[in-house]
Amino acid sequence: MSVDHIKCECGHVNPEGTVLCEACGKPVAKNQDIDGNNKKKLLNMRYEGSARRSQTYNRSIVDKTWNFFSSVRNGVILILIALVASGVGTIFPQAMYIPEEAPNRDPAFYYEDAFGILGKIYYQLGFHELYSSWWYMILIALIGVSLVICSLDRFVPLHRALKMQKPKRHYTFLSRQRLFGETENVSDEDRQQVIKKLKKSRYKITEDNGYVLAEKNRFSRWGPYVNHIGLIIILLAAILRMTPLLFMDEYVWVREGEEKVIPGTDNEYFIENKKFTVDFHDENDERFKEAIENQGDVESNFQTDVVISKVKEGSVVGQSDSMETVTEDSIWMNHPLKFDGITLYQSGYQENEFSDMTFKIYETDDEDQESLGEVTIDLDTPEDTYKTDSGFEVEVTKYYPEYELKNGEPRSISQYPRDPAFVFEVLGPDQEEAEMSFVGIGKNIDATGDNKYKLGIQDFNVRYVSGITVRKDYTLPFFIIGAAIFLFGVIQGMYWQHRRVWIHPEGDNLVLAAHTNKNWFGLKKDIDKAIEGTSIKMPIDQEEAEEKKAMEEDEEA
Amino acid sequence: MSVDEARKKKKNKMRKRYILRSAVLALLIGLTVYALYSNHNKDKEIYQPGDEAPDFELTQINDQNEMEKVRMSELQGKGVMLNFWATYCEPCEKEIPYMQSLYPDYKDDIEIVAVSLDTGKLVVDDFIDKYDLTFPIPHDKQSEVRGLYNVKPIPSTFFIDEDGIIVDKVEGALTLDKLEDYFKEIQPE
Repeated sequence: MSVDHIKCECGHVNPEGTVLCEACGKPVAKNQDIDGNNKKKLLNMRYEGSARRSQTYNRSIVDKTWNFFSSVRNGVILILIALVASGVGTIFPQAMYIPEEAPNRDPAFYYEDAFGILGKIYYQLGFHELYSSWWYMILIALIGVSLVICSLDRFVPLHRALKMQKPKRHYTFLSRQRLFGETENVSDEDRQQVIKKLKKSRYKITEDNGYVLAEKNRFSRWGPYVNHIGLIIILLAAILRMTPLLFMDEYVWVREGEEKVIPGTDNEYFIENKKFTVDFHDENDERFKEAIENQGDVESNFQTDVVISKVKEGSVVGQSDSMETVTEDSIWMNHPLKFDGITLYQSGYQENEFSDMTFKIYETDDEDQESLGEVTIDLDTPEDTYKTDSGFEVEVTKYYPEYELKNGEPRSISQYPRDPAFVFEVLGPDQEEAEMSFVGIGKNIDATGDNKYKLGIQDFNVRYVSGITVRKDYTLPFFIIGAAIFLFGVIQGMYWQHRRVWIHPEGDNLVLAAHTNKNWFGLKKDIDKAIEGTSIKMPIDQEEAEEKKAMEEDEEA
Repeated sequence: MSVDEARKKKKNKMRKRYILRSAVLALLIGLTVYALYSNHNKDKEIYQPGDEAPDFELTQINDQNEMEKVRMSELQGKGVMLNFWATYCEPCEKEIPYMQSLYPDYKDDIEIVAVSLDTGKLVVDDFIDKYDLTFPIPHDKQSEVRGLYNVKPIPSTFFIDEDGIIVDKVEGALTLDKLEDYFKEIQPE
C-alpha cells in the first residue's frame, strides 16, 4: 500500500491528512493535532475530520500557491487587510467626490488645500483613487481566489466523507461525541421503537448488521458553499462591470436649446435640451418652512424636456443632419428616460448662464436714459451687426462670454456666457463714424470719453444647464442572481441543521450517540421524543458535564 | 496491488490534481488580469498611435481658406496635423501662431486641421482675424469629433501620416521647434 494513504482498521483507505476515518470515524492517530483532538475529550467534527489541504502535495509552485489560498487563516488575513484599506479610503473624500464648490477641484491641489499635510500625503500615496487602484483590486481579487480555492478544497472532501460514512462507527468515535450514552439490557422492541420514532421525525435510517444511523437535513451542510457561489457570482459581475459593452456611467451637461452627443455612445446618440424647469417648495408651507430657513430654497422638482436622436447608419461623424428622432420625453427626479438599453437620469443643474441680453441705446447726456432703439443678442451665436428700426447700426467687434481681465488684457475664460462683455461699435443714423464702447455687467466704458451714444443692459434671459447621468447596466441581473444565491445559502445553512443519531449494539449494551452542527437543543428534543416510554437512557451532554465539573472544582478550590 | 502499480496510480492521481489546480489558478489569474487591464484602460483614449484616424466631416469656417468642408478621409496623401482648440483656451492661443508660421512652408505636404470647439462663430472669426490664420478651421459645435477622438484637455493634437495612420498624439501646447519636428515626421517623402 502506498505510504501516502492511511488504511483504517475498518478496512477503509483514507487520503493523507485525514483526521477521522471517512468510513467509521476512528481517529487517525498521527493526525490528531490538526483539529486539536489530542488536547480534548470531544472530537472536533469540522468537515467530518476529512483531509483538507494536503500538506504532502507541496512540491511545485502550483501546489504551494494552492495551499496558500486554501488556508482559511490566510483568507481572513486578506479580508482584514481589505477592511483596513477600505477604511483608509474613507478618511478623506475620494477624487470623484471632491465637492463642486471647492476652490480648486484638481486633486493635486484640493487635498493639500483642504486637509493640509495629511491631505498631501493622502494624495501622494494615491489614496484619492484608492478603490480603483491596482493594489486594492489585486487585494479583492486575492480574496476572490481564496474564496474559490477554500471552498473547493473543503467542499470536495466533505462531500466525499458524508457520502462515504457507514452506519457502523468506531466506538472511540461515538464515545467522543458530545451526546453519548450507554444503556444496559435494552429490549429489541425498545430499539425498534426508537428507530420508528426517529423515522417519524423525518430521519433517514440506514442499517448495517444492527448498527443504525439516523440522519436528517444533510443538505444544510452545503449552505456555506452555496453562499460562496453567490459571492463569486457577485465578484464576477463586478468584473463584467468593467466591460464597456455591459456597463457605462457618464455625465453630460446640456444647455437649454443645445444639442449634444451623449457620451459613451460612440457618437451614435444625441440629446437636445428643449426646456429645463425647476420648481421650489412654498416657503410658507409649514412642512418645509424649517428646512427652507436652514438651507434656502428646496426644489420640489427639476425636469428636462429632451429629444433623443440617433445618427443614421453609415453617415459620417460631423454630418449630424442625417439623424432620426428616437424619442421625445421629459426626465425628472426618479423618472429616468430609457431607450435602447441606455438610461438617462436627471442629476443636477446650473443656473449661472445667460441666454440672451437686450441692450438699449440712449444719449450719453440724457439723464432719463430714454431708449432710442434696442438690440437683442443671442449669447451663444451672436451676429456681427445688428440694426435697429430707428436706424442705429451696432457692430459686435469683441465678445467675451465669461469676461476676465488678465495681465491687462481682456479675455474669456470659457465659452459659456456667465459674465458676458462686449466691445461694440455704434453708428447712429446721424453719424458718419462709429463710436466704440465696452459694455458688460456693471461695466460701461466709453473708449474716447466723448461718445454721443451709450448702450445699457435693458433686459436679459437666463438659461439652465441640465446635468444628466447616462447609464447602461446589463450587469445588474448578475448582481441580483448572485445576491439571491447568497441569501439562499444563508437560509439553507441557518434554518436547518444536519442532525445524526447513531444507535449501536456494544456487547449487551446499547450505545446512543448524536451530533449536530448547531442547535443541540433541537437534537436533544428529537432524541427525548424518540426514547420516550423506552428503557433507553437519555445520552449525556459531555460538554455540559465537563463544564459543570470544572465549575465545581473551581468552587471547591 | 503491487508497489509499482500503486506508485503508478498515485502518480497519475497527482498529475490530475496538478492539472486541475493549474487550470483553476490560470482561470482565476486570467480574470484578475482582465479586471486590472480593463480598469487601467477605462480612461484611455480610444485611438492610439498606430490606429487609423477615424473619419469625420465638418463645415469649415475660416474665410481665408477655400475649403468648404473638411473630410478626414479626403486628406490622405498629405500629412495631417489634427488640432483641437478653442478661443478661450490660453495655451491654444500660444500654440496657434506657431502653427500659422509653419503653414505656408509645409502647406503642400501637410494640412493643418484646427478643429474649433467654440459654440459661436463670432469669437472664432475674431480670433482668425487677430492671428491671420489661413489653415482650415472646421467647427465642431456639438463636440462630435471631440467625442470621436476622445479629447479631454485642450489643446490636443494628433499627427497623422499620409496613409491616415495616427503617428503621434500630444496633449498640451507645443513649442515652435517641437511642432516642426512633428511636421517632419509626418511629411510624406
